[in-house]
Amino acid sequence: MEEKEFTLIAFSENSIGLLNRLTIIFTRRHLNIESLTVSESAIQGIYKFTVVVKASKTLIEKVVKQIEKVVDVLKAFYLCEDEIIYQEIALYKVPTEAVTRSNEIEALVRKHNARILEITPDYTAIEKTGHKDETQHLFDDMKKFKVMQFTRSGRVAITKARRERLSEYLHKLDTEKLTVERS
Amino acid sequence: MKTKKISGSEAVLLSLLEEGVDTIFGYPGGAIMPVYDLLYDYQDKINHILTRHEQGAAHAAQGYARVSGKVGVCMVTSGPGATNLTTGLADAMLDSTPIICISGQVHAPLLGSDAFQETDVMGFSMPITKWNIQVTKAEDIPGAIAKAFFIATTGRPGPVMIDITKDAQFAEFDYSYERCNDVRSYVPRPILQMEYVEKAADLINNAKKPMALVGQGVILSGAEKEMLAFLEKAGIPAAWTLLGASSIPTDHPLNVGMLGMHGNYGPNIKTNECDLLIALGMRFDDRVTGKVDTYGTLAKIVHFEIDPAEVNKNVIADVAVIADIKETLEAILPLINQNKRDEWLNQFKIAYQYEYDKVIKNDLHPEKEELTMGEVVRRVNERMNGEAICITDVGQHQMIASRYFKFKNTRSLVTSGGLGTMGFGLPAAFGAQTGAPDKTVVLFVGDGGIQMTIQELGTIAQNKAKIKIILLNNNFLGMVRQWQQLFFDKRYSSTELVNPDFITIAKGFGIDGNTVETRDKLDAAIDEMFNFDGPFLLEVKVEKEGNVFPMVAAGASVSDVRLD
Ligand SMILES: Cc1ncc(C[n+]2csc(CCOP(=O)(O)OP(=O)(O)O)c2C)c(N)n1
Repeated sequence: MEEKEFTLIAFSENSIGLLNRLTIIFTRRHLNIESLTVSESAIQGIYKFTVVVKASKTLIEKVVKQIEKVVDVLKAFYLCEDEIIYQEIALYKVPTEAVTRSNEIEALVRKHNARILEITPDYTAIEKTGHKDETQHLFDDMKKFKVMQFTRSGRVAITKARRERLSEYLHKLDTEKLTVERS
Repeated sequence: MKTKKISGSEAVLLSLLEEGVDTIFGYPGGAIMPVYDLLYDYQDKINHILTRHEQGAAHAAQGYARVSGKVGVCMVTSGPGATNLTTGLADAMLDSTPIICISGQVHAPLLGSDAFQETDVMGFSMPITKWNIQVTKAEDIPGAIAKAFFIATTGRPGPVMIDITKDAQFAEFDYSYERCNDVRSYVPRPILQMEYVEKAADLINNAKKPMALVGQGVILSGAEKEMLAFLEKAGIPAAWTLLGASSIPTDHPLNVGMLGMHGNYGPNIKTNECDLLIALGMRFDDRVTGKVDTYGTLAKIVHFEIDPAEVNKNVIADVAVIADIKETLEAILPLINQNKRDEWLNQFKIAYQYEYDKVIKNDLHPEKEELTMGEVVRRVNERMNGEAICITDVGQHQMIASRYFKFKNTRSLVTSGGLGTMGFGLPAAFGAQTGAPDKTVVLFVGDGGIQMTIQELGTIAQNKAKIKIILLNNNFLGMVRQWQQLFFDKRYSSTELVNPDFITIAKGFGIDGNTVETRDKLDAAIDEMFNFDGPFLLEVKVEKEGNVFPMVAAGASVSDVRLD
């Protein structure tokens, strides 16, 4: 089956080792993680994992179910590119000398909608947010100025659907499960 | 709430007592010594059973849990003690067995320092547990244990690992215990959706040739009665998976036998004639389905399952009801039309007769000189009449025992299904006997598998567990030899064994035994074993190159089931 890029989002409790538990699910299926971002979500104490993977739809569906099965995971789902708004951030460090020598870098910064964060006698730090191909494009354009450092973040994404799915889910949590009577 | 100041170690034991634990299988060592020290004071309340290897403790806990429906508890030390549990954890994970393993760990400040007997318990146990936790503070012990019991026993059950640092075992705190009944992120009982129950009922009522596939979910949910009511009302033939064995009595008219690789001919061949397959708490393992592309080719599929991750995993369901199977069956019963499918059922009888003539007769009533595994199982049946609990190890004898053992009561077959763990049998039998002290426990084990955990004869002897061990000795790693014969040109690479004198070994452990090699002595030998008041090892020398049939070769279609 055809492989596509999916953004998988999981909300979890903040427990030690959870990242490990999640990555095991990918490793077991020989799936490579393209990017990964973890941080506290809009709800305090609940963490959001954003994972980008290339996989077939059938596989990603199974992976999502396995993730959701992890005890400390509240909710997991996957989204296709057209269902999300997403960004990555990239930082570039170039020699200041190259910036002052001509106005080429300034022109690139303008063209790519990037911005300059800091200028020192040695280096100039530039920031650009965008999709991976866009941050890559700027990197390629600046290569000839001997980029001293370049780094790119994992993806952050929000859904186009009106409500955040987690709040929906948290709301339903009480109604959708029965309490368990144990002897 | 009442509180009192006690040590973390005492909190472990009091918490276990709160959960109704009276038996622990374990093995002591440095990092868990504080708890063992207290076990000394709690001997009247908690029976700690010293196994001879931690793997044995894990399998014993599994056997205990499988027959009793209670949680099996293990306790081990750090490092090698913990790593020796891996096989048991992995086995319990695949077979959905509720066990809780408690391991000692180095002092918290030493974590990550490669201290003596430190190992990454969280890391290695993560993929093979339903949940795991490391506790570094005494005050977190009761909460961890409460949560462990809740998670291990609810939903789809499974193993839980609790790693407790030694300083947490020593530290004192104000103890109180509260049972856990909810974990925010965890849905043990999905709410039954009537809409799908109705759709399923519709398919069932309109089916001409339905077959039910009974899995362990029925047993874990305690839904045996509800299942029978459903099957009987709808007149549906029922076949069972290896782990579903004994949920339906052997001689029930709707029981059409075992599914899968060495299952019965009828249910395998009919899978591709059915117009409806109704899965009851089973997960379409590849040993059941054979090649999935050619599985149930004419059938719609209804899947009743508590674990959403199992739905559409291997086989796509037309209708799935994700809920506890007992609830599902209760809900569907009133919607089911009374039906008798005599003609359809008759086809299974014809298939059985065919299998009987080609395979079963020769297994159970052989005319050749050598003894067969099948006839040994038949003699046990004649003697026990379905009242015993059957434990098996892994291999040919496992398949023969599961196929032919007669079941009257549920929870009467304990075998390693998903992981297929050789060495499981002997310790699991011990655990089963501990969990069902009034039952006769019969273990069928191969000459290969028994040697993987043979040291547990010591545990059996020390505890005077009255297990009846039937060693089906073919001098081969039989199941592998069978594959070599059928698929590798009879090139018997490393499958023939030079075996010890098993009876001398048993006697060395203080266990009585006997060897039988000929048919005329078999009855008397089996009688002697059952009449003996205590554990007994009966070694039966069976034909060396017997094969288990029917067989759906790995990767073949269920329609291509071979009878020879
Ligand atoms: C721990 C482990 N190692 C290897 C295997 C592979 N294996 C499956 S069946 C089998 C042979 C078992 O031989 P024996 O115990 O003599 O039983 P028999 O098949 O002869 O009844 C082997 C080696 C396994 N299932 N488990």
